[in-house]
Amino acid sequence: MNDTPVVLSVEDVTIDTRPAGRKPIVRNITFDVREAETVCIVGESGSGKSVTSMAIMGLLPKDSLQVTGGRILLDGEDVLKVTPARMRELRASRVAMVFQEPMTALNPVKTVGDQIDEVLRLHTKLSAAERRKKVLHMMERVQLPDVERIYRSYPHQLSGGQRQRIVIAMALILRPRLLLADEPTTALDVTTQKQILRLIKELQEEEKTAVVFVTHDFGVVSEIADRIVVMNRGDLVETGTRDEILTHPKEDYTRMLVSSVPSLVPRCDPVPKNPKVMEVIGLAKRYGKKGFTSDSTVLAAQGISFTVRKGEITGIIGESGSGKSTVARCVMRLTEPSEGAVVLNGQDIVPMHNLRAVRKQVQYIFQDPYRSLNPRRTIGQSLMEGLVNYGVPEKEASRKAAETLEMVNLPAHVMNRYPHQFSGGQRQRIAIARAVVMEPSLLIADEAVSALDVTVQAQVLRLLEDIRTNTGVSILFITHDLRVAAQICNTIVVMQRGRIVEQGPARDVLAWPTHDYTRALIDAAPAPDWDFQNFRPVERAV
Amino acid sequence: MTFEPDSAVAPNAPLDLPEMEGSGKGGAWQVLRDVLSSWPARISAIVLLLIVLMAVFAPFLGTGNPVTINPALRLQGSSAEHWLGTDSYGRDVYSRIVYGARISLAVGAGTVIVSLVLGIFFGVLTGYFKWADIIVMRFMDGLMAIPGILLAIALVAISGATLTTVLIAIAVPEIPRVARMVRSVILGVRNEPYVEAASILGTGVWKMVWRHMLPNTVAPLIVQGTYIFASAIMTESILSFLGAGVPPETPSWGNMMADGRTFFLLKPELILYPGVMVSLTVLSVNMLGDVLRDRLDPRMAKRL
Repeated sequence: MNDTPVVLSVEDVTIDTRPAGRKPIVRNITFDVREAETVCIVGESGSGKSVTSMAIMGLLPKDSLQVTGGRILLDGEDVLKVTPARMRELRASRVAMVFQEPMTALNPVKTVGDQIDEVLRLHTKLSAAERRKKVLHMMERVQLPDVERIYRSYPHQLSGGQRQRIVIAMALILRPRLLLADEPTTALDVTTQKQILRLIKELQEEEKTAVVFVTHDFGVVSEIADRIVVMNRGDLVETGTRDEILTHPKEDYTRMLVSSVPSLVPRCDPVPKNPKVMEVIGLAKRYGKKGFTSDSTVLAAQGISFTVRKGEITGIIGESGSGKSTVARCVMRLTEPSEGAVVLNGQDIVPMHNLRAVRKQVQYIFQDPYRSLNPRRTIGQSLMEGLVNYGVPEKEASRKAAETLEMVNLPAHVMNRYPHQFSGGQRQRIAIARAVVMEPSLLIADEAVSALDVTVQAQVLRLLEDIRTNTGVSILFITHDLRVAAQICNTIVVMQRGRIVEQGPARDVLAWPTHDYTRALIDAAPAPDWDFQNFRPVERAV
Repeated sequence: MTFEPDSAVAPNAPLDLPEMEGSGKGGAWQVLRDVLSSWPARISAIVLLLIVLMAVFAPFLGTGNPVTINPALRLQGSSAEHWLGTDSYGRDVYSRIVYGARISLAVGAGTVIVSLVLGIFFGVLTGYFKWADIIVMRFMDGLMAIPGILLAIALVAISGATLTTVLIAIAVPEIPRVARMVRSVILGVRNEPYVEAASILGTGVWKMVWRHMLPNTVAPLIVQGTYIFASAIMTESILSFLGAGVPPETPSWGNMMADGRTFFLLKPELILYPGVMVSLTVLSVNMLGDVLRDRLDPRMAKRL
């Protein structure tokens, strides 16, 4: 491996804001990428991994960021010194990039065939017929079905996975030496992610492309990386081969990062003897209205039945569009269910008119902690709002809010601060505190840890478990991530296209799935057989 | 991607909280300081302040009675007694200009208050309640389809020319614009998780609107308010010029221009003085509005 030529060499690169800040935001980064090699840059948000990849592409926003030191050699040519014209040439032929969100990387008013064709039109002298042949061939290589039809399709007519394939086809059609992929699968479902990762790997082997893969997801890393570069807050922490990093990380930070990755090993047993807190029976949700002649309604969920017991964490798992969020919203009537019953502490809440009584018993934690707190209100005001609404005197509410803040490991004196003064993880803890302070019997966590970095995610998951232990609250935990569900759920409900395909104790569902879809989900989860906490492969105990 | 990682891994490790800065959020004073840091805004503010002071202290600025007619002294030039000369009825032009500021500012401020209050009311109503949306907004659409001046003239014709009717006539056509803006903001924040979160916490409708929704409209409303203020002064002048405004003897800049029109060739200053005043006022308000918009709209601010 060591005699293969180096394609990209990042030498001692420092990137600073303009005007220069107190400390450069990326400091002295050095790593090489060889032909046919995949190097993963891993780090949490704010680690500088994306900025580094932008610098390699020469795409740093000129008025706010600049490379202040070091060299970035692409086949021996320093991309920091070349003219803009030469950089454009390099970008097309030598280095290509795949972004996180394929919808924004594609032009919505042009057919995707046209957009791939444009790359050839600008950079080659091929005739129209030759170009078309080449585009269709490339589309076949990225394993798109029915390429003639897709050639004529617009981006919105394709699925997320298909769009990302188009972007990859665009990136690779000129056979670049280096492919930069910035979180290319983060916005995709796990099953699609699996396919895209395999596709990149295959194309890379055929073309001997060097790949720099920027990601926060250690699962993905363990699947595709040859070597790993770990970054933290602008510093390079450690580089090494995949096995070195995953089994014997040298630095504490790497050790912490790796061990924060949830594994697919279920840890909690069901609690069948506890009383039922909520029972959902035959719930269905239909969107749209039935016309006289046509039926344009969409069934977002149907035939949903499951039980949540006291002190139990029930996971609802599914990919986007599976109806899991619809169910979560229906059980507390944020959305009105079309059919079925939701029995909460022995009372069916679907026909009830007085929602206030319901909502005191059920609280909701949203996915995005940046939008679920009113930016204009202090933490204390947000925490006390619910209590005051239910008639708790201001003083009492304030005392309770302070207590709850301490319960989520935030000091009580932050009550006077505004949400923008907190990080994502801290805000999510505040959001949890706001729900817990109401002393509900059921908490609904809708993708509550999905937007968080792995280390923060691990903390929040631990916090939810602590709260469950201390208060005996039940939690309905909605997630797309099987590994997260495996960490804290007692029982699991798997949903696909609005229906429950399988449910049962977490151990059974994850170890012996009976439905094909569950099996597919488990197979697609990155690194299903790596036990990150213990730095070793999973021991299959049957 | 924008999340800052938590520094603490162990649950009880010290927190990495940013320092408290000032009042915590960009307060009103901060905005004001920011706005007044640019020269155009500073000059506009000074001009406006002078005009306001002029209106408030009109009787003490060496003025005479602005409505006293003196046919013997028609169309005179500048003199020690009449600083800006007299008009076709022999009234003191300087006094009329100074007192005219009262009318213009009253119409501007009155229109802003009336249109904002009613606009916010209808905007909240239509943004929050679907049933109201269908009815009220169709009415608003109809109102917007009629040219504002035409509507104002019709309203004045129906109810007679007093300051109050003129004010209402100018304010009514502005209401749909304000209502639409408030409605769109409310619709936008309705599905924000923090609004849903508040409803889960049992927050009632009006508390919800007041606490969680209306604060989002403040910035765009301030900007809209400045434009309404400017355009109200213009409209008042136009109405007066057309003879459909405040009663002719009232000293208003529009009335003065209307009177001066007949003697334009003989004495163009009669139009020039009030015209300059209207332009100065409107220009200053608009400039302030622009700077405010840039300051309050983060998208615009980035481009600057």
